[in-house]
Amino acid sequence: MADDPYKTLGVEKTASAEQIRAAYRKLAKRHHPDLNPGNKAAEEAFKKVSAANDLLSDPEKRGRYDRGEIDATGAERERPRTYRNYAESGRGERYAHAGAGFGGGFADEGFEDLFANIFEQRGGRGGPVRGQDARYVLQASFLDAVNGATSRLTLPDGQTLDVKIPPGTQEGDVLRLRGRGQPGLNGGPPGDALIEIHITPHPFYRREGQDIFLDLPVSLSEAVLGAKVTVPTPRGPVAMTLKPHTDGGTELRLRGRGVPAHGKLPAGDLYVTLRVVIGPMDEKLESFLRTWAQPGFNPRAGMGGAE
Amino acid sequence: MMVTLERLRLEIRGLDEAELERWIAASLVRAEGAAGARLFEDIDVARIRLIYELRHELEIEEPALPVVLSLMDQLYDLRRRGAQLNAALADLPADVRQAILRRLG
Repeated sequence: MADDPYKTLGVEKTASAEQIRAAYRKLAKRHHPDLNPGNKAAEEAFKKVSAANDLLSDPEKRGRYDRGEIDATGAERERPRTYRNYAESGRGERYAHAGAGFGGGFADEGFEDLFANIFEQRGGRGGPVRGQDARYVLQASFLDAVNGATSRLTLPDGQTLDVKIPPGTQEGDVLRLRGRGQPGLNGGPPGDALIEIHITPHPFYRREGQDIFLDLPVSLSEAVLGAKVTVPTPRGPVAMTLKPHTDGGTELRLRGRGVPAHGKLPAGDLYVTLRVVIGPMDEKLESFLRTWAQPGFNPRAGMGGAE
Repeated sequence: MMVTLERLRLEIRGLDEAELERWIAASLVRAEGAAGARLFEDIDVARIRLIYELRHELEIEEPALPVVLSLMDQLYDLRRRGAQLNAALADLPADVRQAILRRLG
């Protein structure tokens, strides 16, 4: 017993010719066998849809079917050899990439190219495959990056990773922890953990390569009379002697007190720039300065006539 | 055996010659001979029928035809090459075939 062609097309018995046509087109778009090669279900569906359309799109046949004079049997007709039958055989070469124009750039693309990739990727499925690398970002303090430190990284899965930050680590350096990435497949080795270091700036140190720079505040009397002052350095405070009359802006160098030696790099230096700070208001200083002059001294001499 | 235009128009009713010439000019269909004396191979006839159906039954507008056909041609290229690969695999020793099937599975 053949299917009801109205049901096949999903329309009412009272459907207009236009409704039947629209229903047929909608189904044909989905099931056209040349657009569904190798899909047997689509082919069968298309046959039924075509047969139903042949019957219902012809007013005379439709009328006879509705009156029960014919049934849907035999309405299915064999389609002539479809394009698919040719395209899948060697004959199909005639239209290889034709839609892009004959002789498009693909003609030379060989069989090997096409499947080489597939085999390359598939090849690993049976054999050992190294795990993927895992990437993380670790925020390190300025001093940890300079001196080196061990920092604990908490991974998204709650595990922790102890990361050894070597001395002299720079912003953006990537540390590799072998074997701490994703596990391998089929007995392959695990990947690595790649940890990118970001360095938090320091409130008073600046770094350029191996050298570190520091502005050191000194009082007026320390600058004028000289003094022994304590200078913070990345590896603890050191004493430094200021000679009398060391002016503001003077740069002093503490050799070897910058970034410590690491790898092939020697230790850097710490450059200390003095900054004279007057401090709180002082009556005596002010009354002295009112009676005091430095004849002939212009600190802005050489600045193009500035007074 | 080559098919003439007259014969083609018997097979595909409603086919318009000017429309067919546009498809040939756009390299969507191949044909031998000059306009007015075209000759088609079987595969050309099947392709013309397909394009006719795409255009007039599946409502694909003419400007979209190259896109649809290009994708379809690429699909058939792959299927042809897949069939070639299949044929090549069939010639391999059974244990090698089994090994390949296991990996693909």
